[in-house]
Amino acid sequence: MEKYLKPLPSADNDSQTFWQSCKDHSMALQRCAGCKRFRYPPRSLCPYCHSTEAKWTPVSGKGQVYVTLEMCRSYGPAWEADVPYNISMIELAEGVRMWSNVIDCPPQEVGIGDPVGLVYDDVTDAVTLPKFRREAT
Amino acid sequence: MEESKGAKIMVDAKAKCAIVGIGETAVGKLPDMTTLAIQLDAVRLALRDAGLGPADVDGLLAIQPNNDPRRSYALSVAQAAGIRPSYATDLALGGATPVAMVIHAVMAILTGLCTTVVCVLGHKQATGGQEPRRGRLRDGLEDFEEPFGVLGAPTIHGAVAARHMHEFGTTNTQMAAVAVAMRRHASLNDSATMRMPITIADVLASRWIVKPFHLLDCCLVSDGGGAIVVTSSARARDLPRPPVYISGFGEGHTLGPLESPMLTTLGGRQASQSAYEMAGVGPKDIDFAELYDCFTAIAIVTLEDYGFCAKGEGGPWVENGRIEIGGELPVNTHGGLLSHGHVEGMLHITEAVKQLRGNSVEPARQVANANRGIVSGHGANLSAHATLILSRQAQ
Repeated sequence: MEKYLKPLPSADNDSQTFWQSCKDHSMALQRCAGCKRFRYPPRSLCPYCHSTEAKWTPVSGKGQVYVTLEMCRSYGPAWEADVPYNISMIELAEGVRMWSNVIDCPPQEVGIGDPVGLVYDDVTDAVTLPKFRREAT
Repeated sequence: MEESKGAKIMVDAKAKCAIVGIGETAVGKLPDMTTLAIQLDAVRLALRDAGLGPADVDGLLAIQPNNDPRRSYALSVAQAAGIRPSYATDLALGGATPVAMVIHAVMAILTGLCTTVVCVLGHKQATGGQEPRRGRLRDGLEDFEEPFGVLGAPTIHGAVAARHMHEFGTTNTQMAAVAVAMRRHASLNDSATMRMPITIADVLASRWIVKPFHLLDCCLVSDGGGAIVVTSSARARDLPRPPVYISGFGEGHTLGPLESPMLTTLGGRQASQSAYEMAGVGPKDIDFAELYDCFTAIAIVTLEDYGFCAKGEGGPWVENGRIEIGGELPVNTHGGLLSHGHVEGMLHITEAVKQLRGNSVEPARQVANANRGIVSGHGANLSAHATLILSRQAQ
């Protein structure tokens, strides 16, 4: 695989299960054992009910675009070829929002509210990033 | 002090303290100064302005500079400036920190921890990079941002602008009106970095950084510093400068960009409500505003959150000169982060002090009858907000 120059996540004790689930192409988020709410980014405490028990739960992979941006400035050589690229905040059906990219689509065609589905981008042998593709309404 | 079960413990802090000294370093590119040297210069200037020396100061508030974090920046500054504080700490609320410093200074003075506090901020965002052997402060959520290209403040603040445009129909032309107003004010300010007047068309023609932000929707990146001296109002009356009274303040912090229920109302609503309540005033009583303008859209959201217009109406509200000097509510009379320089909002406070003292700025940018101003601080990736109401009279 060609050397990957973009920033990679550094899994820690809170997040390693999340990143492993992405690598396994079965993205899972913490669902609180107490109030049943999902949370993201991964953390040890439920911010809603303070339960410390959570179950890693695979997500549906369905969501919609909450924010879409078109990055037009390169932040270094790793990004040169991608500019302009899409950055989106995705609201998952599970009720949490995450930063990601809507791919395989010109960035300016992505709109707030567009339905999207989860896809996996195996950017290195060790790391897979969760990304999204637009779906038919 | 009154205490009742279930209610907040309330100390009457209104106008009990005042700003008695301000210091502003040069702003722009300061390649020959260390971050510490910039801060010491700001402290020196502020104390000179206040007619005080290091032995008169017993409180020091600082912030960790991004490029020069230390175990205790406040104590580094205090030691280097010959100050032996009975109260000192670093605050960490991003661009809300300078306003929060003033709040904390009042709290420390009213509890008797100290009598006179220097608040200082200085950084080298333009030329600094890292000082040798120093780390760099991070936001803490990079793992969930940077791999997707979420690489800087324009992206996260762009999310606010994108939602505001989506929910309320705000336009790039309306946002551009903020940039034009800031530049007009900077053009009247000898110490501003960007002084060439611009038009709406110039803003719209500037290159895209991250849509929906053009280059001219984004603030400058600067070296520079500022410092403020706060003391009790009683003590302030014996000092050479006209005191600028701290009439009201508040803070409000959000759950951040991913977990806030909405991105178009930020912590400014809660913070300003506290400040208005303490000061016993409302938006109609404010003569000018110095609002944290890291991006044009943030000034618009803050104007709404502060009640100058209804939520969603900020876009059309800022058009046609309303926020320019001579308009209904002059905003950022020094040119703001967008055109004066970026010292994380510290110079929004020093500018408010100058406006309220009178005879301290170029006459063309003096707000007529400036009796009361409001200052906002905003930072930490949409998470932090603090508000200050300053007054010429002890009220």
